[in-house]
Amino acid sequence: MKPKRKRLWLLLGSLAVLGVAVALMLNALSDNLVFFYSPSQVAEKHIAPERRFRLGGLVEAGSVKKNGQEVRFTITDTHEEVSVIYRGLLPDLFREGQGVVAEGALDASGVFVAREVLAKHDENYMPPEVAKAIKEAGQWRDKK
Amino acid sequence: MIPELGHFALILALAVALVQGTVPLFGAARGDARLMALAPVAALTQAFLVTLAFLALMQAYVASDLSVANVVANSHSAKPLLYKVTGVWGNHEGSMLLWALILSIFGAAVALFGANLPDSLRSRVLSIQALIGVGFLAFILFTSNPFTRLASAPADGNGLNPLLQDPGLAFHPPLLYLGYVGFSVTYSFAIAALLEGRVDAAWARWVRPWTLAAWCFLTLGIALGSWWAYYILGWGGFWFWDPVENASLMPWLAGTALLHSAIVVEKRDALKSWTVLLAVLAFSLSLLGTFLVRSGVLTSVHAFAQDPARGFYILCFLLAVTGGGLALYAWRAPSLQPGGLFQPISREGALILNNLLLCTLAATVLLGTLYPLFLDLLTGDKVSVGPPFFNATFVPITLALFAALCVGPFLGWKRAELWPALIHLRTAFVVSVIAAFVAGFAIDSRSTLAAVAFGFGVWLIVGTLVELATRLRLGVVPWRESVRRLRNTPRASIGMTISHAALGFVVLGAVATGAWHLELIRTVKPGETVSFAGYEVTLQRVDNVQGPNFIAERATLAVKRNGRPFTVLQPERRLFVVQRRQVAETAIQTNLLRDFYATLGEGDANTGWTIRLYSNPLAPWIWLGGALCALGGFVSLSDRRLRIGAPSRLARSRASGPALTSGPGGPRSQKT
Repeated sequence: MKPKRKRLWLLLGSLAVLGVAVALMLNALSDNLVFFYSPSQVAEKHIAPERRFRLGGLVEAGSVKKNGQEVRFTITDTHEEVSVIYRGLLPDLFREGQGVVAEGALDASGVFVAREVLAKHDENYMPPEVAKAIKEAGQWRDKK
Repeated sequence: MIPELGHFALILALAVALVQGTVPLFGAARGDARLMALAPVAALTQAFLVTLAFLALMQAYVASDLSVANVVANSHSAKPLLYKVTGVWGNHEGSMLLWALILSIFGAAVALFGANLPDSLRSRVLSIQALIGVGFLAFILFTSNPFTRLASAPADGNGLNPLLQDPGLAFHPPLLYLGYVGFSVTYSFAIAALLEGRVDAAWARWVRPWTLAAWCFLTLGIALGSWWAYYILGWGGFWFWDPVENASLMPWLAGTALLHSAIVVEKRDALKSWTVLLAVLAFSLSLLGTFLVRSGVLTSVHAFAQDPARGFYILCFLLAVTGGGLALYAWRAPSLQPGGLFQPISREGALILNNLLLCTLAATVLLGTLYPLFLDLLTGDKVSVGPPFFNATFVPITLALFAALCVGPFLGWKRAELWPALIHLRTAFVVSVIAAFVAGFAIDSRSTLAAVAFGFGVWLIVGTLVELATRLRLGVVPWRESVRRLRNTPRASIGMTISHAALGFVVLGAVATGAWHLELIRTVKPGETVSFAGYEVTLQRVDNVQGPNFIAERATLAVKRNGRPFTVLQPERRLFVVQRRQVAETAIQTNLLRDFYATLGEGDANTGWTIRLYSNPLAPWIWLGGALCALGGFVSLSDRRLRIGAPSRLARSRASGPALTSGPGGPRSQKT
């Protein structure tokens, strides 16, 4: 095969592989993007039930109620709040009054069913999204 | 006094690195041997000074010198000695110093083992290495000095993050950094080659051992990190597609591609400019990993140690290294001589396919990792890209890679036939199809994809062994002859066989654990029994125990099988007194085919304790496979001793460079 032909062949092969890969990626991205919302955004947006997203904010003090493996608590951004149900072991750093990110979906009654509550390495750590959400909620209230 | 010595040593090291990064480069351009001779001396001096600084910091930690801010923030006098030592790199400043230390040691190693490199190449490599060093030393001195003193020393330190007080994590960062930083040598070689305008088989032989060494350490580091996450986070998982994990996976994928493309340069003098590009990219991805971990731009389950200013510095440094490297590449690469010709169906073609798929995988991970960042910048939307994305993209591409992996080694260089290779592999094919059906119908029918992936794992192992058997002509010639052939097989080929088969074990472990694990979460009171996965688990009691720097609740779980005692598990829940932090200590019973895994949650005597039980089939294979994979790399690294003077039976099939041109202590020729 001539060098030019060979190069063309290689190029076409590479493009085919990359094309398949890009198609896979775009398809996967559109299906599997998980948006992050604060409780204020949840109140605003009317998110469809069963649509998976991440909810972040502070665990409201005094809201944690355990019943066997089922835990109910409230996530707040100091303005709006969302009730959360989680079945499972909470991460070691889960504390009332501290930042938390939960992944899951709303059920028909508007309660957030968490499939995962994310742990952080550091108890002083505030997820940046949560910090921003709380700040925004605060400003929003100021304007009002 | 000692911290000041360390600080001064670090400043001196920066000065030396500045000299090493400029003078030999100038000397190489002018052809001045005296200026070039400076490079090795400077490299050794720099390594000595950074080592001194590192030891000074370690001394401050071991002696709990509470006038040093870094020690106060990250250590405590009551901590066990092991964690005082490993605490040195359990924080941002110390880990950056460790990075600089390993960088300078790699530079010194090039100076020591590179005596046979051409002078100009060696001084250029050492200069580039020093320039990277300048970047890191200045970063440490100006933004994250570990030797800063406090005006008044507090009574005691804050202690080390309890999650890091673990033997697994103690050695995870050094191994990972040996891998990340090892790619700096490859990068330096690539830049030096671009400056020289010459890439040939000899260059590839010099580069390959460094790539291989970096790759082995990175493999071990990733395996160790994954193992740590498995037993300490208490979620029973081993890989979370977390940005920090992805950060180490991307350089590994690029490094693996580099490892394979360097063989083509060495054997066939082809793919030269592509290999140089890969070398630049592999180190860039290592730096990107550091940036992602250190800057906290991405929300990560592992996120700790974050500082935007530092992130900005690393980002600029990353741009300089990547941008500079790519610009130089764009300018000089067209001048590289194109190499040998080959047919698409050939060893070269197979290795190109390997590179294509590995790079696509790296790009997939990169996209998934950075997409949230881009979207945030562009639209302000906060998103996360989780395991479903990676499973949907990563898995199909890896399966394609695995399918081709066993075929490649059967193809000859330059021109080959596909059909004979497939004929050789028919046994492996039949065995893996049977394995997939057995997995899908007999073991667990929950996931078809898992059964298919399991078949691929078997395919990797059997296909690789078939290749070895074919090479040894096992069963065709008398076994003595096969043993003799095994002895004469180059270590690089043996290493390849080990690593490829090991990959199969990792796949089997990952598939079985990921898809077929059993899980139970239950709140139980002492004396209560739950049945799980064919076992009866009784919570006998929960005791309070006192550790060196923690107090703990320890549950005693008696596990019975068919009424007979099987094992006793004692998971703990530790409260680290200084940090007021709780950490679950998992209890795992393994028979190498299955992990029985228990963690203890919160609770008290009235309501009972929450326990979480897992049965993870083949879980240990993931990390044993990872270790075996690295072992294959090390075996390949040791190739040289065997090769010297050994007649190369396979040399006839190719026209490689002179067999005894020496390299820096590594394999000089790789058969497969």
